[in-house]
Amino acid sequence: MAQLTLEKLNKRYGDAAQVIKAIDLQVNSGEFVVIVGPSGCGKSTLLRMIAGLEDISGGNMYIDGTRVNDDTPSERGIGMVFQSYALYPHMSVYENMAFGLQLAKLPKDEIARRVEQSARILQLEPLLQRRPKDLSGGQRQRVAIGRAIAREPKLFLFDEPLSNLDAALRVQMRMEIAALHRRLKSTIIYVTHDQVEAMTLAQRIVVLNRGNVEQVGTPLELYDHPANEFVAQFIGSPKMNLLPGTLVSSGDTESVVRLWHGKQLTVPIATPASAEGTKVKLGIRPEHIEWGTVADAPYLADVLFVEHMGNETYHYLDSGKLGEPWVVRNSRRSDIAAGETVGYSLPPEHCHLFDESGKAFARRAVGNGASCLPGMDAPPITFAEPARTNVMH
Amino acid sequence: MKLTRQQRELGTKFWIYLAALVVSVICVFPFYNAILTSLRTGQDLFLTSYLPTTFHWENYVSALGENGVGRSLLNSFLVATIAVGICLLVSITAAFALARVRFRGRKYILFTILCVSMFPQVAVLSGMFELVRFLGLYDSIGSLILSYTTFSLPFTVWVLTTFMRSLPVELEEAAIVDGASLWVIITKIFAPIMGPSLVTTGLLAFIGAWNEFMFALTFIISNENRTVPVAIGMLQGTSQYELPWGHIMAASVVVTIPIIVLVLIFQKRIVSGLTAGAVKG
Amino acid sequence: MTHNSESLLPSAAVAPPPTASAPGRKRSLQQRRARAAWVLVAPALILLFAVAGWPLLRTLFYSFTDAAMDTPEEYNFVGLANYLDFADGERFGVLADPLWWQAVGNTLWFTACSVSLELFFGMLLALLMNEKFRGQGLVRAAILVPWAIPTIVTAKMWGWMFHDQYGVINDLLLRVGLIETPLAWIAEPTLSMWAVVIADVWKTVPFMALMLLAALQMIPSDLYEAARVDGATAWQRFRRITLPLIMPAMIVALIFRVMDALRVFDLIYVLTSNSEATISISGYAREQMVSFQEMGVGSAASVLVFMMVAGIAACFLWINRFSHEGKEARE
Ligand SMILES: Nc1ncnc2c1ncn2[C@@H]1O[C@H](COP(=O)(O)OP(=O)(O)OP(=O)(O)O)[C@@H](O)[C@H]1O
Ligand SMILES: [Mg+2]
Repeated sequence: MAQLTLEKLNKRYGDAAQVIKAIDLQVNSGEFVVIVGPSGCGKSTLLRMIAGLEDISGGNMYIDGTRVNDDTPSERGIGMVFQSYALYPHMSVYENMAFGLQLAKLPKDEIARRVEQSARILQLEPLLQRRPKDLSGGQRQRVAIGRAIAREPKLFLFDEPLSNLDAALRVQMRMEIAALHRRLKSTIIYVTHDQVEAMTLAQRIVVLNRGNVEQVGTPLELYDHPANEFVAQFIGSPKMNLLPGTLVSSGDTESVVRLWHGKQLTVPIATPASAEGTKVKLGIRPEHIEWGTVADAPYLADVLFVEHMGNETYHYLDSGKLGEPWVVRNSRRSDIAAGETVGYSLPPEHCHLFDESGKAFARRAVGNGASCLPGMDAPPITFAEPARTNVMH
Repeated sequence: MKLTRQQRELGTKFWIYLAALVVSVICVFPFYNAILTSLRTGQDLFLTSYLPTTFHWENYVSALGENGVGRSLLNSFLVATIAVGICLLVSITAAFALARVRFRGRKYILFTILCVSMFPQVAVLSGMFELVRFLGLYDSIGSLILSYTTFSLPFTVWVLTTFMRSLPVELEEAAIVDGASLWVIITKIFAPIMGPSLVTTGLLAFIGAWNEFMFALTFIISNENRTVPVAIGMLQGTSQYELPWGHIMAASVVVTIPIIVLVLIFQKRIVSGLTAGAVKG
Repeated sequence: MTHNSESLLPSAAVAPPPTASAPGRKRSLQQRRARAAWVLVAPALILLFAVAGWPLLRTLFYSFTDAAMDTPEEYNFVGLANYLDFADGERFGVLADPLWWQAVGNTLWFTACSVSLELFFGMLLALLMNEKFRGQGLVRAAILVPWAIPTIVTAKMWGWMFHDQYGVINDLLLRVGLIETPLAWIAEPTLSMWAVVIADVWKTVPFMALMLLAALQMIPSDLYEAARVDGATAWQRFRRITLPLIMPAMIVALIFRVMDALRVFDLIYVLTSNSEATISISGYAREQMVSFQEMGVGSAASVLVFMMVAGIAACFLWINRFSHEGKEARE
């Protein structure tokens, strides 16, 4: 399997703005890399540049150490699966899978062997003589994948392959693709804007935003240590709450933040002394906010509305003039109703801290609660003003 | 008294059916009249009766044989088929480039093609006359093949370009990834998928070539090389003032029937082909 | 380079291209496609140039000569004499020929009459076809008949129907009592143009109707439902919703038809034998060229036809753009 290296890769359409901005990326042999990002951020463009369908405006691209900037897609030895399947409507499933092999002038029996092998892997054998229009969406997608497999490419490229499928089928195909990767051990680059797909499939995720790589890392790295506000809010659903504040004191192991309403919170995050006194944002995921009683909890808020999902519950808390409401997510049912005033607390080991430009300060704590902070007891929380007034208003 | 909703709808329906009937009669009557006339001979011709009176096939026999319309039919068929064949071949490649490849000058080419489709034929007549004589094609159907191929091109290129644009880009990209060259993409992927559109476009171009008159009238002088429209236009009786209406109508019916049959078979496609050319105008 | 065709095979080692040594020597995909595109359009362009562009230039060239049709190789330059010339206090040339101006008048009159009638009837027909009723397929088949019939056949058929003694038209009109004596539709100069217009309208209304119908069918039906809820009458719905929405398609169809009508030749040539009362500019040019063998004069007339048609087309484009800009400015 192949290794892919991108070096300062650039893309510009005519005189229009740059769509891909100097991207550096290394994809290791056999790795499953998922590229995520919001719509229009350049995911497809990047993938198509890798495929060779789109010219590279600047920078270099290497496959296994060979510069392939000017190679045609077939010379690069890639296989691609498109969002709309792009099956040839006038050919049977077999012909669809054999077409590329015939063009490569492979011997007949070799073609038959490869097509049958990939059909077996994807359980397409009973469908080989059908036309694409006589297949269901999931079957079409499997044929599209089979067509790519039959070519035995060095590199698989997937552009949002599941977004035309319904929810149930998407889950099933997702697992099939994961199983396929385990079986073929091939290098896969997979584009999606669905973060669930990204989290479940990827060995490494590349978060793309406006043509820039925001962060590269394993799914849990991105969840636990987002490099900046964008990644923090992009990964995780509902997205992370951001609370404005000021850094009161810095430190190598912990820092003190004064939140917008004046209360202070000590968090196990390293900050440089130079950041003291600057504006920061405290990030906390909806699933990490904890309820307390109105009498004891450090913060109070009015519940704007409640969404019951069955397996979990979302509470939207009034953030006052800060605009967007905070979200709290509970995995249990809750009998809190809209209009009630509730108390809650922000567990410091789950907090993230971002500087004014949105860059994250290094966290010492890791996701899973206290177990990650062996050296620390119950994290100290200090409140400058333990009043019970509803500071949110 | 206010009409009930049902009564009003009934009234509307009545007018619609009446209008549909009138329209159909007006559209079909002239042709029906031509058929009636073609079946009459001698003094019967001058009966103005709206129902068939006699069935005489003599008109058909003499129109096809003596007047050389049969020969002209063959000429017309040859000219139109060859011209449309070449024209489709040339225009499918051009349409692919114009619809699918981003290259400089594409807009100008499209504009030029649109302009040529509006050319008055007479504007090129003397230049074409010279060209045709230069190529030694004067008074042969080669001259018509050449001119019909060229003058159908703008239409076919335009319509095929519109059709090609509507095919998904990913299909072509999949073929590129499969290692297909442009030629393979055109012949193995696009042409088969566009089969129906090619038929429609070809049919429309065929009808255009079948009906053309000015070039056919100017570049052909001998009877045996004439195409059908000219043959019918030139049908003369024994005296100048007595047109052989029976023969003319018989010949008219003969040349029209194939076209009408084709059109009725491909009704839906023709309508979509006609409008595809115009929608993007 | 036998490697290239086989390099699809991932197993076959890809011939390493000169690594980064000569960037840009090998063309990229888009560049290669752009080059291939020119090859692909070349046959069409060559044909168009050789058989349409070049003859047009030659026509222009001949319009400045006194060539005759049977001996086009022998000619003298006569400057603009074919267009307009003064000699002995008299004017010669196409532009001085009353018949030319008659032809111009005829053509414009024909175009204006037949296109506006076509638009009117085409609209009615399209509105009818847009209704749902049983037997719609039959009506559509029926209206395709006039469109499919060759123009020459149309001319002959209508020529027969307009026959002064035995024609169906006169017979019907007499029966209904609209006229007392048969009319000489073809021979009478005041009527012959109407005969041409009627035959042309009959033949081309279906085209217009199909264009307009296609546009009508693109209007979402919930717009009408919304208007109905708002209490708009049928006429208001037509004026305020249908008409504005089909306007672009209507203009396109109109331009098509005007361009077509301006170059009318065959219908008139066969139906009224190019009589003075109906001769069109195309007919005039061809008559000079072929019947009178005056290649020079005929070419001059052809060039004038071309300029007239091109001028009107340019006007359309200009008006169209102008109204577009106006619309954008208002929005
Ligand atoms: N041919 C083109 N010319 C100019 N700009 C383009 C072209 N193709 C794409 N773009 C621009 O490039 C940007 C990135 O497009 P791209 O298709 O890569 O987005 P994406 O991340 O795949 O989005 P999505 O999730 O919606 O598919 C967009 O802003 C788009 O407008
Ligand atoms: Mg995309």
